[in-house]
Amino acid sequence: MVNTSWLKISKPGLYVLPAKAHIDPIRAVDTAIITHGHSDHARPGHQHVIATKQTIAIMSARYGENFANQKTALTYNNKFTLGEVEVKLIPAGHVLGSAQIVLKYENTKIIAAGDYKRVLDPTCVPFQVEQCDVFITEATFGLPVFSHPNPDEEINKLIQVRHLFPERSIAVLAYSLGKAQRLIALLRAAGYDETIFIHGALKKLCELYQSFGIQLGNLQTIPLDKIENHNSSLANKFIIAPPSAIGTKWAQRLPDPLVVSASGWMQVRQRAKQGGVELPLIISDHADWNDILRTIQEVKATQVWITHGREDALIHACRQMGLDAKALSLIGYEDETE
Amino acid sequence: MKKFSDLLHSLLYAPQRSVKQAYLEEFIKNAKDPDRGFAISALTGELSIQGVKTHLIRQIAYKRCDPLLFDLSYDFVGDLAETVALIWPTKSVKDIEIKISDIITVLQESSKLHASDYLEGLLDQMPESQRWALLKLVTGGLRVGVSARMARLALSKSYEIEVDEIEQIWPLIQPPYLELFNWLEGKADKPDAKGKAVFRPMMLAHPLSETEITKIDFSSFQAEWKWDGIRIQLVSANDDLRIFSRSGDDISSSFPELTRPLEWQGVIDGELLAGTPLKIGSFQQLQLRLNRKKPSAKMLIENPVFIMAYDILFDQSLDIREQTLEYRRGILEERISSDLKMSYIGLSEILPNPNLSDLKKWREKCRAGGLVEGVMLKEIKSAYHAGRIKGKWFKWKREPLTADLVVLYAQRGHGKRSSFFSDFTLGAWTYDSVEDKKILMPVAKAYSGFSNDELKKLDKFVRENIIKKFGPVREVNKTLVVEIAFDSVQLSRRHKSGVATRFPRFKAIRWDKKAHEANSVSDLIAMIDI
Repeated sequence: MVNTSWLKISKPGLYVLPAKAHIDPIRAVDTAIITHGHSDHARPGHQHVIATKQTIAIMSARYGENFANQKTALTYNNKFTLGEVEVKLIPAGHVLGSAQIVLKYENTKIIAAGDYKRVLDPTCVPFQVEQCDVFITEATFGLPVFSHPNPDEEINKLIQVRHLFPERSIAVLAYSLGKAQRLIALLRAAGYDETIFIHGALKKLCELYQSFGIQLGNLQTIPLDKIENHNSSLANKFIIAPPSAIGTKWAQRLPDPLVVSASGWMQVRQRAKQGGVELPLIISDHADWNDILRTIQEVKATQVWITHGREDALIHACRQMGLDAKALSLIGYEDETE
Repeated sequence: MKKFSDLLHSLLYAPQRSVKQAYLEEFIKNAKDPDRGFAISALTGELSIQGVKTHLIRQIAYKRCDPLLFDLSYDFVGDLAETVALIWPTKSVKDIEIKISDIITVLQESSKLHASDYLEGLLDQMPESQRWALLKLVTGGLRVGVSARMARLALSKSYEIEVDEIEQIWPLIQPPYLELFNWLEGKADKPDAKGKAVFRPMMLAHPLSETEITKIDFSSFQAEWKWDGIRIQLVSANDDLRIFSRSGDDISSSFPELTRPLEWQGVIDGELLAGTPLKIGSFQQLQLRLNRKKPSAKMLIENPVFIMAYDILFDQSLDIREQTLEYRRGILEERISSDLKMSYIGLSEILPNPNLSDLKKWREKCRAGGLVEGVMLKEIKSAYHAGRIKGKWFKWKREPLTADLVVLYAQRGHGKRSSFFSDFTLGAWTYDSVEDKKILMPVAKAYSGFSNDELKKLDKFVRENIIKKFGPVREVNKTLVVEIAFDSVQLSRRHKSGVATRFPRFKAIRWDKKAHEANSVSDLIAMIDI
């Protein structure tokens, strides 16, 4: 008999009662188990943080070494007992260090998958399928219109556009943790070996990735005062920047920038166009519709809980597969980090 | 199809007008007839495929996908063609080249049933990008930021011919515009409008700001009322009389009382208003007649309309558009007192000796009358040129009314705003005697006036404040106050609140205000002045 009464929804987020710990709490708590380093999941101020060592390193880089009084760094697949609960972190394939949280209490096994994807990503360990009773999934792209193309084909578009406009700089907007490093790694895999320029806001995290052995090749940071107006040496170069950099002085100094944005949202044309994007690349760090459904089938859960995103469609599809499904409607997790 | 699909994607993502125009020019130079003419007609909204309507596309989608999943997807994406293109179950796709002219011809000649099967077959053979282009082509409304004017400018530049010349012959030609291309390429004579009742492109006015008005040299301008009706053009030629809307749509059949054949031939520019020249009706009355294809005899008697004439473009067969406004006005006055002396044609008066203080007074008087929405200033020496010509005609509208309202419901938008919560129902306070307390009553729906940044913030507010769902509509916590601008308030029996606001749009989001500080329904009623 599946018993789920020990996992509650509280104001800060999911609460594991017999472990006295929250999962990805959106406000400061005593004990937090963190799935991955994106700022809406990994917030500062907790007493005790449990996460993979990569996620702890990311949080240190963002919030300073003393972001928590106690830190427990786990390696993937190592069991750990917290209160009366057996806890294990397994790879989620979302960004470096991202983990699904496997919780076992009495005879019930629940997996909180956090954010995840199934497409291979050279910058993180691939998603691990593990069977469970309850699978807690996100539904950022939980609609059948979302079917992400092969990222290699999308990267090819980026390589091609360079030949089309040799006099323009190519400003690639990508979220600073995960997407930026993945794009750099994909460019490298496609054979691009010249220096890639990065916005200052990406420096720390790129170095962190490199310190964990992820090959990003030759990177050069361009601080604002180092760009002379419309510096032509940046023409025909890739410059990776966080989405917030667009419209700033920094961006205005780039030579005739062609704005590229890499995100799963780029699939909706009018939405892509709204951001002033000239080349949309559909490269997502989340599972698309088919991958969410495939994952739910593979983990063989009988219950599916949906944390955030487009839950209505996913609930409908789960029920058609004969599964119990419900929306947790957790707030505070942003679509924008994709 | 691939060429057309590539063009649409290039146009959609091109950041500037100049870049869009360059893509169009390249397409015009390289594409073959009749495909290029059909492509242009699709872009300018002049292509119509009878029988293939959005309803049919939806039916095809329902056949191939789970209807509930389709509806939820459509609700999120906000664009039917895009939703179907994205959700379509993809089969193995190989690149096949289908001409858009062939597709259009088959669809135009097909029965509904056959059209549906044909489209389904095409969708199965295409990659997503082409599915989108195909569905955009057949449903119209491409939303890639190309205006008819831009397409004509691209033609003008490609063939080094004045854009005015192209504008003038445009009403004479039909997709795929073979006569046009034959003329542009020197293979045939220029198409001729003589003796045909066709639309002539209209001259438009620039809006004036409060500071710009002070810089006008009033001595060279003529002032008129800016009537609160709809702009029309009356064209009389060889026993044929037609009324066109501002965009060139033939709306003659809605107004049989205005379209009796005349002896006189020519083209008049004016405003369609409710009532008669002696007793002008309100815009609300005019609305009863708009969008009715065949009004009943009772409707014609109870809700008469007439034309308030203010310019003349052709007199008999003479094109007088290059003459000055002063000259044209003389001819117009002469005709209206002779050949056009009809009960349903009035002459828009000239307001004497315009100066800033009089203009201000006139503009304010407008609201009370409800029949005009501002004043017009037209340069006395101006020729009649199509489009919004710099420094010739101006409109000075009165300042809009404003009210602080509370966001009650939100819905995802369409087109440019698709996938964001952008359509809002707004409420004002009123006393509910049954509940014995103040409640918020819906008074307006607004979906424009905010910036992209504000839209994102509004979308976030909605997502975090949903309390109930009714299909695509979300009820939200009643905490957000927005300042709304609108042109006027009218009493309305159709609205529960008893009032209707005209053209409500966002002016500001008042994150600083609390819901209880918003305006009441009685505040809005106080803004009605008849």
